[in-house]
Amino acid sequence: MKHIKILGTGCANCQNTCQLVAEVAQAKGVEIELEKVEDLQQIMGYGVMSTPGVVIDGKVVHAGGVPARGKVEGWFA
Amino acid sequence: MSELADDSTARRAPWGWVGLGLAVWVAAYASLLPFADGVIALLGLSRQTHLGEAIHFFVYDTPKVLLLLTGVVFVMGVIHTFVTPERTRSLLAGRRLGLGNVMAASLGVVTPFCSCSAVPLFIGFLSAGVPLGVTFSFLIAAPMINEIALALLFGLFGWQVAALYLGLGLAVAIVAGLIIGRLGMEHHLEDWVRQMQSSQSAHYEAARLGWAERIDAGVAHVKEIVGRVWRWVLLGIAVGALIHGYVPQDLLAAIMGKDAPWWSLPAAVILGVPMYSNAAGIIPVVEALLGKGAALGTVLAFMMSVIALSLPEMIILRKVLKLPLIAAFAGIVATGILGVGIVFNAVL
Repeated sequence: MKHIKILGTGCANCQNTCQLVAEVAQAKGVEIELEKVEDLQQIMGYGVMSTPGVVIDGKVVHAGGVPARGKVEGWFA
Repeated sequence: MSELADDSTARRAPWGWVGLGLAVWVAAYASLLPFADGVIALLGLSRQTHLGEAIHFFVYDTPKVLLLLTGVVFVMGVIHTFVTPERTRSLLAGRRLGLGNVMAASLGVVTPFCSCSAVPLFIGFLSAGVPLGVTFSFLIAAPMINEIALALLFGLFGWQVAALYLGLGLAVAIVAGLIIGRLGMEHHLEDWVRQMQSSQSAHYEAARLGWAERIDAGVAHVKEIVGRVWRWVLLGIAVGALIHGYVPQDLLAAIMGKDAPWWSLPAAVILGVPMYSNAAGIIPVVEALLGKGAALGTVLAFMMSVIALSLPEMIILRKVLKLPLIAAFAGIVATGILGVGIVFNAVL
C-alpha cells in the first residue's frame, strides 16, 4: 500500500494529476491511499515550489505540472 | 502546466519531424492569402461587399492566428524544458535590485508558470534569498507577458504591437519590482512566511531530457494550449470579422479614442482590475474595442490590467502578504500600466 499525496492549491492541473494517479494505480492493480494536500504551509514544507507536486511515501517524486502517464506508470512498476 | 514528456512517447527522429512540421507550417503560412481569395471567389463574393469583406477577414485571420499560435506555443514548450522554476530561482537568489529585477522579469516570460503556483513560487523564491522586489518583478511579468498574448497580438495587430506589449510589459514589471524593493516592505509579509527559514528545495530525480523529449514537450504544450484556446480565438476573430465588415469606425472612438476625455484611460485600467481573464479570453474584446476606434494605448492598458491584476489573485496573495503590501503592489502596477497607456496614446 502506497501513501500518495498530491500537493496543490486546487486548480485544474491538480485535479487532473489526482485523477491520473488514481487511474493508473487502478489499472496497474496497485493499492494506494490518495490524499490531497491543499494547505500552503504544508506544501511549502515539502520544498515544492511549483504545483502540482506528487509525494509517494513521504518522498517528493514530481513537481511543476501534470506528470506524463509514462512517468506515473513508472511509480507503480 | 506543461506536461513533462516521457521517453516512452519520444519520437524516433525528432529533427526529421521538426523539419517536416516547419516545411508544412511555412507552406501553409505562404498560402494564407491565396486561400482566402480562393474562398471568396468560390462563394462568388466580392471583397467590395460587407459580407465578402467579413468572410475574407475570417477565413484569412483564423488560420493565420492559429498557425502563429501553434508555432509560438511549440517554441515556448521547448524553452520551458530548459527553464524550470527551480533553475530560475537559483539564478535569482542573492541578486541585488536592479539587474535582479531585469533578470526576474525576463525569466518570468520564459519560465513555465501556472497562476495557482503563484504563492508557492513566491514563498519559494523568498526563502531561497531572492529579494522581495526581485520576486515581485517575476510575479508581475510571468502572467502578464505570456506566449498566448504575444502570439495573438502578433497575429491580429502585427509584430510592432506585440513587441511594444513585450517591451512595456517588461518595463512595468521591472520598475514596479524596483519600487516595491526600495520601499522595504518585508515586514508586511505574513509572519509564518518570514519564519519559513530557507526551506530546502525538494530533491526529486528530474529525468535528464534529450532533444526528443524536449520536442515532445513542445508538442504536448501545443496540444494543451491550442486545444484550450482555439475556441476563444475563433470567437474573437468572428467578432472582429463582423466589426470589420459592418460596424462604423467611430462608435467607441468618442469614449475610448484618441480625443476621448482624460478619464477614459484610468477608467479602463480600474475597470480591468476586478475583471479576471486570460489572454485568450480578453483578446476578442481587445479586437472589438480597437475595431470600433478605441485608442491602442487605452486598449493595451486595459488588457494588461485584466491579465496582470485580478481580485482572485489578490485574495490568494493575502495568505502571504499583509494588506499594505498588497495595496502597494496593486497601486504600483496599476500606475505603471496607466503610464504605459499614456505613453502609447501620446506616441501613436
